[in-house]
Amino acid sequence: MTLVEIRDYRLAFDTFDGTLHVLDGIDLALEAGQTLGIVGETGCGKSVLARSLLRLNESPPARVVSGAILFEGQDVLALPERAMRRLRGRRIAMVFQDPASYLNPLLSIGTQMEDAIRGQESAAGEAKRPRRAIRDHAAGLLASVGLAEPHRLLDSHPHQLSGGMRQRVLIAMALAGNPSVLVADEPTTALDVTVQAQVLALIAGLVKERGLALMLISHDLGVVAASCARVAVMYAGTVVEEAPTAALLANPRHPYAQGLIAAVPDIDNPAHKPRGIPGSIPNLLKPPTGCRFHPRCALATDICRSTKPALRELAPAHRVACHHATPEHPGP
Amino acid sequence: MVASRSVRLAAWHFRRSFASSLGLGLVAVIVLLALAGPWIVPYPDDVAGKVNLADKLLPPSKAHWFGTDEVGNDILTRVIVGARLSLLVGIGITLAAAAIGVPLGILAGTAGGKVREAIMRVTDLFLSVPGLVLAIALVAALGPGIVNAMIALVLVWWPGYVRLAESKALSIRGEPFIEAARVAGAPGLRILWRHVLPNSLSPIIVKMSMDIGQAILAVASLGFIGLGAKPPTPEWGAMISIARGYLPDWWWYAICPGAFIYASVLGFNLLGDGLRDILDPRSHRG
Amino acid sequence: MTAPLLDATGLSKTFALPRTAFQPARKLTAVAHVDLSLAPGATLGLVGESGCGKSTLARLLLRLAPVSAGRIVFNGQDITSLPESALRPLRQRLQLVHQNPSAALDPRLTAAASVAEPLVIQRLASGSALDDRVRQLFAEVGLGPEFLRRYPHELSGGQKQRVCIARALAPEPQLLVLDEPTSALDVSVQAQMLDMLAELRARRGLTYLFISHNLAVVRQVCAEVAVMYLGRIVEQGSAEQVLGAPRHPYTQALLASVPRLHAGTVPTATPSEPPNPANLPQGCPFHPRCRLAEPACRTGSPPPLVNGLACPPSS
Repeated sequence: MTLVEIRDYRLAFDTFDGTLHVLDGIDLALEAGQTLGIVGETGCGKSVLARSLLRLNESPPARVVSGAILFEGQDVLALPERAMRRLRGRRIAMVFQDPASYLNPLLSIGTQMEDAIRGQESAAGEAKRPRRAIRDHAAGLLASVGLAEPHRLLDSHPHQLSGGMRQRVLIAMALAGNPSVLVADEPTTALDVTVQAQVLALIAGLVKERGLALMLISHDLGVVAASCARVAVMYAGTVVEEAPTAALLANPRHPYAQGLIAAVPDIDNPAHKPRGIPGSIPNLLKPPTGCRFHPRCALATDICRSTKPALRELAPAHRVACHHATPEHPGP
Repeated sequence: MVASRSVRLAAWHFRRSFASSLGLGLVAVIVLLALAGPWIVPYPDDVAGKVNLADKLLPPSKAHWFGTDEVGNDILTRVIVGARLSLLVGIGITLAAAAIGVPLGILAGTAGGKVREAIMRVTDLFLSVPGLVLAIALVAALGPGIVNAMIALVLVWWPGYVRLAESKALSIRGEPFIEAARVAGAPGLRILWRHVLPNSLSPIIVKMSMDIGQAILAVASLGFIGLGAKPPTPEWGAMISIARGYLPDWWWYAICPGAFIYASVLGFNLLGDGLRDILDPRSHRG
Repeated sequence: MTAPLLDATGLSKTFALPRTAFQPARKLTAVAHVDLSLAPGATLGLVGESGCGKSTLARLLLRLAPVSAGRIVFNGQDITSLPESALRPLRQRLQLVHQNPSAALDPRLTAAASVAEPLVIQRLASGSALDDRVRQLFAEVGLGPEFLRRYPHELSGGQKQRVCIARALAPEPQLLVLDEPTSALDVSVQAQMLDMLAELRARRGLTYLFISHNLAVVRQVCAEVAVMYLGRIVEQGSAEQVLGAPRHPYTQALLASVPRLHAGTVPTATPSEPPNPANLPQGCPFHPRCRLAEPACRTGSPPPLVNGLACPPSS
């Protein structure tokens, strides 16, 4: 069953210098229980896309140019704000990069968890429950994200918690509405590598136990490779390749995806010299015509400069947006 | 290239914000009146306080848009001419206060230690007494008059700039580019002058814009209680002070200077808000 | 054996924590008894997680923070307690590149002005010679003359980091301390930066102290590696040995935590998180998280670094 479907979604930001064409015709789908990683570099629009699912991009400056984001067949972009509130947290929950700034430093963890649970229940129109029941519910959520002594934790304040614990608390809050989709925007970027491994293991466990669909946004190919069955690679506001993770890593077809993989240093194989991608990301005020990657692409020809390549299925479930990728002839 | 871009950026910000445009407009009108005042007023002779008892306390009419005062002078004329005094006084107080406060604040924030303690404790001493009350006491000691009122207000105003500049300098001191300057071998004074000061200016400029309005109000307050400008000098506060005796029957006498005080305080405050948006470095990335 | 360029012995840094109503005055030890030696031309990687003291150690070595205990010798000269004025000329030889290039450039100066600053301060060039030097430095880090008059907000992250490196190279340093030079950059830019750093080192005969939390990057750049945990070096040796065949359980845990591209599963997680540095456990600081911890690890003072390993083998 398709939970989320993004169709030809175009988003622009109106700024002083002009219109930034941030997302240019995104087509993506997320099935129930599926794990989809979105990977790309600064400015590729991956966070903006994630926030679009919950309509969190402030408008202005954001402006939807075209397209639709369907959640269970309903267009999120056309939903009234009240219905949107019911969707947020209850059906689609989100976890962010910097756990410290998403917790109020003045309130105890318990108060913030209770507020989150109450907010979810009132949005759903459920009857009010006594505080004791809600506290027990909160403690249960904290325990489910692997936090010891949950009842004692409810009385502590954010500054008493380590970065990893805070991110666990935020994940617990995200689970309060029992969502079917978890959107995680760089959830481990602010964490140390040993703690990152713990949080990735936690997310993987929750996805499995609860049958969550996961959309994981990261700049780190390794994080996505560890956590997601499918990967979409974004460049300058477009999806350039989408495939099962193993297929993409073993046989990337888009020149940008190839470059991205070749740029990652391999800890186990220091003889592999990472290679950079020449040039720099385009100015989205005046994005390149045709394929947005063409100014940095070694394969670029006239058609790349004139026509935007469509995402074509070159192998089963392996879609590539490149004029030069062909089914018979895998990219160089 | 850079300069023209910042001008366009400023224009863009003001176009997007009604409040900022209103502030800019009000300030522009007041500045214009201050510059052109004596040449555009309908009754130039009334500025110096020519006595014309036949026309005293006339209500607003075509000849006298805001009526006349107790000696028959056109109120609008005197208020417009008063704009120059108020503006000069407001700008003068603010510039002088910033000139004292900002260097001290930057020094305190950058040097730290005993220097900072000494500067900040003196500042606290001044800040612990309500500004206007202290100013009243000072004018009472110095003797009433517009110059003494200005001196008194500068004396109570500079500590605010020390506070602001110090907190800004403190946060900039921790920035990596300051450490980079140290690694380059820059001595303290150079770091202060070349890196800390220029990067501290934005909030100070915003505060100065807002303070011009506040200083105009403060001078008017002193004038109102008889410690500022002396009649017949056309000063807004002094005018209201006299007008108070003619309320409520001759209400128009107080309305006009009051409205100008209101408009100038509002104008400079809204302008300051607008400047804050423009000077915020984050808005340049947009 | 050549004399070391930089030699630190028993280096420590403690911070006094603010006294609170309910606690006596406490001290936080950010760096504890670190011995470090850099031969000319060496590339030493300093790795560890946030709060392990690697950045503090770098700042001690550059004398940007006062040293609590120990000795730093640079080029045969004891610089441990040199006053700031005597340090200033030495700063030419010891340069630092910051982690976040956006914060390391004064937003109100052009790129050229930032690069020129050390030359102006140290009176190394002026007038048209200064302009030429700055252009030369820009070319050396791969930036064309069109970047000279740009402001930091008009540059990309990679371009800003190139400007920072050009500024660090301006006074012809011998030692470059690189504090997480690529962690704020995208991976495709990071690869370019690593290439450039390798090239610069070869051309100028530089010595690098390379601080990073990214083990794969350190393995690319450095010949030697020191691993820090809670202010102490717990393992040190050649990159091949430390990152290829780690001996300390902490180094092993770090390596196991790195997500691998082709593994297809989440990396092995190490339990819990580092303890509060102001309240360190007795014995080996890693023992609460160590899978091999024995009773002997939980008492006494932390194990010293012997033969590049601060973990006494169990008898």
